[in-house]
Amino acid sequence: MSFITRGFSGRSRERDERLPPGQTLVHDFPVLSAGPTPDIDTADWEFTIRTESGSQSWNWDEFMALEIDEVSTDIHCVTHWSKLGTSWRGVSIDTLFEHVETGYDYVMAHSYGGYTTNVPLDELRGGKAWVAFEFDGEPLEPEHGGPARLLVPHLYFWKSAKWVRGLEMMPTDEPGFWEQNGYHLHGDPWKEERYW
Amino acid sequence: MSDTVGIAPSVRAVPRAGWHVGTVTAAIRETPNATRLEIEVDGWPGNAPGQHLDVRLTAPDGYTATRSYSIASSGDASRVVLAVDKLPDGEVSPFLVDEVRAGDLLEVHGPLGAFFVWRPGGDPRPVQLIAGGSGVVPLYAIAGARAQAGDETPFRLLYSVRTPGDVYFARELEALAGTSAPLRLDLVYTRRAPDGWPTPPRRITRELLEASVVPAAEHPLVYVCGSTGFVERIADWLVEFGHDPRSIRTERYGGT
Repeated sequence: MSFITRGFSGRSRERDERLPPGQTLVHDFPVLSAGPTPDIDTADWEFTIRTESGSQSWNWDEFMALEIDEVSTDIHCVTHWSKLGTSWRGVSIDTLFEHVETGYDYVMAHSYGGYTTNVPLDELRGGKAWVAFEFDGEPLEPEHGGPARLLVPHLYFWKSAKWVRGLEMMPTDEPGFWEQNGYHLHGDPWKEERYW
Repeated sequence: MSDTVGIAPSVRAVPRAGWHVGTVTAAIRETPNATRLEIEVDGWPGNAPGQHLDVRLTAPDGYTATRSYSIASSGDASRVVLAVDKLPDGEVSPFLVDEVRAGDLLEVHGPLGAFFVWRPGGDPRPVQLIAGGSGVVPLYAIAGARAQAGDETPFRLLYSVRTPGDVYFARELEALAGTSAPLRLDLVYTRRAPDGWPTPPRRITRELLEASVVPAAEHPLVYVCGSTGFVERIADWLVEFGHDPRSIRTERYGGT
């Protein structure tokens, strides 16, 4: 890169190798969402996986009875912030798909409030993604996606759909809400797949 | 899922985002804490009212820092206007506010975002804009685009700001409030009000909000922009007042 901004020296040279290009380390937890925060009672909460042949649902108590993983991971938001070593508890997508058969390769995640985001199934299985309900030892706050959000930490964080209520299997990759509004179809932070 | 409440997709074509080098043509003090930057961007495809861009600063050793800023201007022109608030511990905003001067080159990427956008001549619903501090920037772009197009959609702006000197685009907003299809402007001062102002400094309360916005019964489109705390509080109250959550669009600033 040959461009240099006159007079700019920058503040930090502690370049952490865990930071993808264009990202800045933060210690707070910024919020990105396009509308009001939905108010969802766990008594009403339900999570559904819908396939070409039917659907499988869990209520909150059934969900809590599934095998729960503790996850420590870095997260990267498209708006240029990253947090390192965040800790979560949630149910692996692998665990959820033990009960599900599908021939489709693509997933649309649906959220309370109507938001959607698309992810290939391969990007969710194999220990790569969870439905998380705890952050830093506390129940996930509503503004951060509680009671439960998708956690797909190897992709930009908008793919980790807040207030998630289900996954819909699709034969082809279709853009979700954020992707229709300018975000990348895939969203790999190491390739800076921010916008299309 | 078939029972999922759908949000109308904005599939309207938007200009493609790309990296551009812009020349700063003016750097003007907007408030004691903010600078207005006018940037002539070669190859800029134009932008819709409410969109944002990324600014990337590069040090001589290749170190870069990138941040997003809302655009205060809109339309086909290759000139974009930003108004940047200096964050206390910021790395990029103090540079843009205090160091950048006319003639400097800046790398920008955009235009970005297609949801926090309003276009004249489209949606007929009345519009309520709600700004906290520098959150007024994209809302000013929206209100300005409406006036420029001669669009007569009913518009209100509720703007919470610390002191009279902290009002962004003060003259321009006053002008928008004085047109034949005026923008209704409601200013709320939180630290110090102008002399003779009818109320002492105050924050937006639930009651004040309810009295100052287009009622839910008129089904307005609402745009809220400010800090996360401000946006969360306002949006929660609007939903309590009966506003359709799908008609409330939010944008938050934060980070350094």
